[in-house]
Amino acid sequence: MAEFLQFLISGLTVGAVYALVALGFTLIYNASGVVNFAQGEFVMLGGMVTVFASAAGVPLPLAAVIAVVAAVVIGLLLHRFAIEPARGASAVTLIIITIGASILLRGLAAIVFDKQFHKLPGFTGETPIDILGAAVQPQSFWVLGGTAVVVVALYVFLEHTLLGKAVLATAANRLAARLVGINTTTIMALAFGGSAAIGAIAGILVTPITLTNYDVGTLLALKGFAAAMLGGMGNPLGAVVGGLLLGLLEAFGAGYLSSTYKDAFAFLVILIVLFAAPQGLFGRRAVERV
Amino acid sequence: MGALLNQRFVTLAVLAAVIAVLPLVFPSSYYFRVASLVWVSALAAIGLNILMGQAGQVSLGHAAFFGIGAYAVAIGPTHLGIPPWAALLIGAVLSAVLAYLVGRPILRLKGHYLAIATLGLGVLIALVISTESRWTGGPDGMPVERLTLFGWRVSGSYTWYWVTGALLLVGTWIALNLDETPTGRAFRALHDSEVAAQVVGVDVARFKLQAFVIAAVYASIAGSALAFMNGFINPDQAGFLHSVELVTIVVLGGLGSVVGSIVGAAVLVTLPQALTVFHEYEHLLLGLIIIVSMIFMRNGIVPSLSGLFLRRARS
Amino acid sequence: MKSQTTLKMMLAAGALSVGMSHGANAQDTVKIGSVLSVTGPSSFLGEPEDKTLRLYVDKINAAGGVAGKKIELVIYDDGGDANKARTFATRLVEDDEVIAMVGGTTTGSTMAMIPVFEDAKIPFISLAGAIEVIDPVRKFVFKTPHTDKMACEKIFEDLKRRNLTKIGLISGTDGFGASMRAQCVKVAPNYGMQIVADENYGPRDSDMTAQLTKIKNTAGVQAVVNPGFGQGPAIVTRNYAQLGMNSIPFYQSHGVASKSFIDLAGAAAEGVRLPAAALLVGDKLPDSDPQKKVVTEYKQAYESATKQPVSTFGGHAYDGLFILVEAMKRANSTDSGKIRDEIEKTKGFVGTGGIVNMSATDHLGLDLSAFRMLEIKGGDWNLVASGS
Repeated sequence: MAEFLQFLISGLTVGAVYALVALGFTLIYNASGVVNFAQGEFVMLGGMVTVFASAAGVPLPLAAVIAVVAAVVIGLLLHRFAIEPARGASAVTLIIITIGASILLRGLAAIVFDKQFHKLPGFTGETPIDILGAAVQPQSFWVLGGTAVVVVALYVFLEHTLLGKAVLATAANRLAARLVGINTTTIMALAFGGSAAIGAIAGILVTPITLTNYDVGTLLALKGFAAAMLGGMGNPLGAVVGGLLLGLLEAFGAGYLSSTYKDAFAFLVILIVLFAAPQGLFGRRAVERV
Repeated sequence: MGALLNQRFVTLAVLAAVIAVLPLVFPSSYYFRVASLVWVSALAAIGLNILMGQAGQVSLGHAAFFGIGAYAVAIGPTHLGIPPWAALLIGAVLSAVLAYLVGRPILRLKGHYLAIATLGLGVLIALVISTESRWTGGPDGMPVERLTLFGWRVSGSYTWYWVTGALLLVGTWIALNLDETPTGRAFRALHDSEVAAQVVGVDVARFKLQAFVIAAVYASIAGSALAFMNGFINPDQAGFLHSVELVTIVVLGGLGSVVGSIVGAAVLVTLPQALTVFHEYEHLLLGLIIIVSMIFMRNGIVPSLSGLFLRRARS
Repeated sequence: MKSQTTLKMMLAAGALSVGMSHGANAQDTVKIGSVLSVTGPSSFLGEPEDKTLRLYVDKINAAGGVAGKKIELVIYDDGGDANKARTFATRLVEDDEVIAMVGGTTTGSTMAMIPVFEDAKIPFISLAGAIEVIDPVRKFVFKTPHTDKMACEKIFEDLKRRNLTKIGLISGTDGFGASMRAQCVKVAPNYGMQIVADENYGPRDSDMTAQLTKIKNTAGVQAVVNPGFGQGPAIVTRNYAQLGMNSIPFYQSHGVASKSFIDLAGAAAEGVRLPAAALLVGDKLPDSDPQKKVVTEYKQAYESATKQPVSTFGGHAYDGLFILVEAMKRANSTDSGKIRDEIEKTKGFVGTGGIVNMSATDHLGLDLSAFRMLEIKGGDWNLVASGS
């Protein structure tokens, strides 16, 4: 039981980060149809800016705010100078642009910061908490709680504010949204900014557990993309479930099966799910427009 | 038709001329090495372009087939005593069979779902390669025996320049011809609209599968060539980042353009070599160049530039 | 029309590569080449190597150079990609025409570059860990870091002294971890060690509690060894403490021999043991120790120039550079073949990694005494007194 619980919490913690990255993917995808492979770089920025700001003497909460703001600015710049000028280009062209952006941001981070690994202190100490025999880092609760807050806030925003509904309308049909007077360019900028903020928050929450450096983004983008697809691209709920599921698959795979092949196990499950449900778990089964 | 045939001939002739003339201006064998890398990457990209540009299907795990080809010529001769040239063929056949077997279920998926499924396949194969170290030497890789053809030991930068150049010519010739066969036309119909293609009687599933198998064989042979050329291979060549690099070459050069894949490979292979003078700014510039070229040449370098050229010529 | 454009493109591509050529080099300089993983997953190794080489080549040139010639250092960054390393190796040999090479951060890069330097008959001093670099001996290939096999032996020696024989392994699946794991499995029987648990983690994994829980629940584990490098071992060490496994002796390898490991692992690192070079404990060495002078001087020079804590990785580059420079002095020549012969004759060279005595059959020249068993106490490295 203690063993099971240990794997469960480990999987949920890692999965929560995947979920946040997947959520970032979803937000941008819905607003613009772009699969943003620079999403992992926002997570990196969140962690690295907080580390360097707090090393410069800024109190941790303020450093975290600075990191989120910095990521949002980068997200907006990315949209303004890399995505917006290529409007109307094909999906693969836009993907390659975001890959270019991810190389650029990594290169920039290596120069502005450094190439060493860095840590942050746990927000509420580092003494493990015993839960029915499982030892849990207090930071895990911050990650899980933070993820929950982000998910709820995003839900409220999308469902209960005018701006949020404009985002949903744009996601559903960009042309129709424009026709009813929604400025879709603003909505896309909003999506990039919001997605950058979510990524940065993930980075800040998880750095005390996972450490960070200038190139942690690549793997997170890959895992987050996998999680988003597993859940069904474009569905925020799917992104969260997909992320948590992927984290759990890895933890239980490593714990009960083989730690060598745990990533293989996770991807095998993704392949099987897609064969059974080609649109992911919660994907829209929309009729394809001809 | 005659004009098309002519254009194909001219493309091939120009490529052959470039391969023949370049050595005259190369100051050292390092340049032959870089050029050979361009030819090998171009070969893999041309194959992938048949899948992506002509049949309109994405693969984010294509380096896996590159890896299978590379490890076939590494493992075959070392562990199983198979002659190197035969190992190359076995690698190509293995890749084709694997592509055929997984292609059917995977290619039912569309767009990004296909991307993630191929990515997953690539991750699985790369993981097996780097884990089964008894056969593959693990993450540090393994040496590859030199290729011998009819008693001739193929080695050295100069030799490999010509061998890979010849391979690229053959690969280009096949890809250009494919364009004009019924299969090629079916591929293009697929790319424009799967449903429309289906309506006019194209067996969509079969042609997608064909494109996938062809692309896998191209990658496998390119992988074998690189392994022979380096005399050494490691799992990076089968990994996710290499898959992304191949996709970038195809899109940067121009989807559906055979020449584009060669130009894309030339740019992406030589650029990091040229950018070394900028030291730590290398990656920043590489990213910037990719972004800017895709914004201003959104259909890829070759289609965009030739479009511009045609417009100029008309006006 | 289209084909004309094609021609232009091809010519442009050709021109790009021609544009990379360099001018002829001056008579009074010699070129030494290096390919390092300054970026990518092994940048924590490559970066200090890069800084060390640049720092000391400047110092050597300021002091008048070697045998009347200034050294021109050519460094390329392979980003951890072996295929790229291979291309840069060709570039160093064919284009830059270096007389010797000190570099090769990872075993993967090194193995890919070896054929280039062997063919060109240019000495290549590698900075990579695995034993396969120098075993079998290749005429032109040398290396400075202790091998992974030696690390396993040193750890097992210590375990044997403590009467611990049942061990659990938790290894990174990167090149370093996988190679050291294989060596440990191989030499374990020689020391009467029994491997009762054998787990792995990916080099980029962020949580290893699942693997450690399995080891913890394996009956009879008396000690745990973590072959790995980079940030992975720091996370393993934190998870180890999180799961309250501190009562089981825990060993890291020379792959974490930099102060940043202690910083990253924090309090969890207390009590961890590892085999490492004397460089880490320079100030704690007795004055009689022959390495004391070299390691304290290097530490001081590196830390004041870079404002970063010293690591044994940079030390390996220091050793490689000076083994080469000494050989060039003895050979009093810039002929690669003569320099190679002199490198092989290196005897009693005092480096940061140990006392190097090379021979025709040993292109490393270090024995187990080059490794010190260290224990982390009070946030610092401490020598383990033999017998404890």
